[in-house]
Amino acid sequence: MGNEKLKSTRRKFIKSAAALAGTSLGLSLLNASGLLIHAAEPEDKDLPWYGIGIDIEKCIGCGNCARACKMENDVPKEPFFFRTWVEQYTVKNNGEVDISSPDGGIEGFEQKIPDSDIFKSYFVPKMCNHCYKSPCTQVCPVGATYVSPEGVVLIDEKYCIGCRYCVQACPYGCRFIHPVKNVANKCTFCYHRLKKGLAPACMENCPTGARIYGNLRDKDSELVKFLKEHITQVLRPNLNTGSKLYYNELSSEVR
Amino acid sequence: MDPTFQHLYDILANQQGYIFPNEIELQWGILIVIYPFITGLVAGAFILASLERVFNVKILKATYQLALLTALAFLIVAPMPLISHLSQPQRAYEIMITPHSSSAMAIFGFVYLWYLMVVLLLEIWFDYRHSFVVWSNEKKGVMKWVYRILTLGISDISPRVLKWDKKLGYIITIIGIPSAFILHGYVGFIFGSIKANPWWSTPLMPIIFLFSAMVSGIALVMLVYMVISYIRKQNIDINVLNTIGRYLFFVLLLDFTLEGLDQIQRIYEAEESFQILKLLVSGKLYLTLFVSQGLVGTLIPMITLVFLQFTKHKFKFQKAIYFIICILVLIGVYSMRWNVVIGGQLFSKSFAGFTGFKLNLIGLDGTLMAIFWMVIPFAILAFLLWLLPPWKMVKEGE
Repeated sequence: MGNEKLKSTRRKFIKSAAALAGTSLGLSLLNASGLLIHAAEPEDKDLPWYGIGIDIEKCIGCGNCARACKMENDVPKEPFFFRTWVEQYTVKNNGEVDISSPDGGIEGFEQKIPDSDIFKSYFVPKMCNHCYKSPCTQVCPVGATYVSPEGVVLIDEKYCIGCRYCVQACPYGCRFIHPVKNVANKCTFCYHRLKKGLAPACMENCPTGARIYGNLRDKDSELVKFLKEHITQVLRPNLNTGSKLYYNELSSEVR
Repeated sequence: MDPTFQHLYDILANQQGYIFPNEIELQWGILIVIYPFITGLVAGAFILASLERVFNVKILKATYQLALLTALAFLIVAPMPLISHLSQPQRAYEIMITPHSSSAMAIFGFVYLWYLMVVLLLEIWFDYRHSFVVWSNEKKGVMKWVYRILTLGISDISPRVLKWDKKLGYIITIIGIPSAFILHGYVGFIFGSIKANPWWSTPLMPIIFLFSAMVSGIALVMLVYMVISYIRKQNIDINVLNTIGRYLFFVLLLDFTLEGLDQIQRIYEAEESFQILKLLVSGKLYLTLFVSQGLVGTLIPMITLVFLQFTKHKFKFQKAIYFIICILVLIGVYSMRWNVVIGGQLFSKSFAGFTGFKLNLIGLDGTLMAIFWMVIPFAILAFLLWLLPPWKMVKEGE
């Protein structure tokens, strides 16, 4: 009797151990196939791998970039749709932080807080971070948004089903649903210009050179020099999005 | 000013603090609130039915088929709010033919089909096959053919084959329980896996969704049982109500504990997003979270259920109380879905301000559309009860 019981206990143990081992093996295979870990690897090592540098010290908040982007890319003019915008941060003497971006900063800024109350103030241009572990491409249910071989995050407008999951997944608020096309829309790094060797519209029109771009693989590129000469930071490094938008002089108030 | 954007200008004028300019417009409206509500009802109703079958709870036999048919009626409608909220609904099929392997949402179609075809339809079929055969022999005209088609040509009702029906049905129930867990846990994962949103991003989200699903499914089946008995002028068995009531209490307690745990963890860790979430729950979500979900949908039903278990009352009084509890619980779970879906979009990802939400009455994403998708399952249920009446099922040995 006792022996019988022992046998059945042993059988049970072996069964559960096998089930556990099987599950672990299954999950590890899932991992290897890239289903759980998501990151875009550069496909073609000969192509450039683009990134962006923004020098907050140089930005004067003129809004030229946001204006140029809307014109170049046919972005709806209403103040709810932006591929790039500028934020004004004002830290007051009492420690309060005031953030504003009226109409995305297209018409420039007016400081409403009296000088005597201001501790410091600066402008932060925002745009798609063209992340290489981008949460937006990870969640797209049909793969309509993808990373180009040059590391640019793009959307196939003929393929997007408009589920809006990518808009939810972007931690930087860079995506919107185009009100006429009814599909997701965002900064394309002016891919159409890039392919012709031209700079993106926002960078071309920045009067102070606060925005630059370049090939992260090319040690002599303007961007790599920028990264070498400045102490830079990306937005929300804790989220591990693999952002390729590097800021110089990024203050801790900026989200 | 373009009138199409009037509502956005209104929200812009009333925004609080700073929000990213693209965040003025809320992406997911009321249809995405009822989507997890409906799938939750499906999973919950199924789990209640499975309890009867797997653990052989004899007293719940009266609600077994009712629960399965309720689950089916709601499951048929489950993808509709999702599809109708898409900006390009005509491309919805792409999610099935070219799913993106890393997307949580892409798996929905497959989880859904698995659940519909492999679990629910098969289980119901094995359960009803004997009756289909008998009914196809008894009925005349069109209905004879309808039932004959439903037998799928398998008309053997010898005891040996019927035993197999039972055995296979049982196996499917066993497969069905984890499937129901996956179906709804997965819906929670759609939200819980968005790291950009601190209100959603918690590993507890799938589990919380699952338990709230069970709460809502159990309440719905109890409600349907009471209403159907009333319509059919049949007596309600108080033991059935008491048993389901007991389950409802335990699941409510678990659900409440889990959600409480989630909130305590957030409050104690008080991460970067804590300030904005605190403002969210004490402001824009105050009514739907503390009053509607917490008090009306959880605490009052829990206390009343305990009260009913330990005190003796007139049958009529008990019935009325159970009826009210079910409705309160459903309101509570609906509010929970609202708090997750809408609440998660009201604050800016800059953690510095709030946008607003204006619920439209008409339009593809309006209240009427949501009501429509909530009413249709009941119409389907009525049809299913007419086609497959559980009370006319052929019992073994007849």
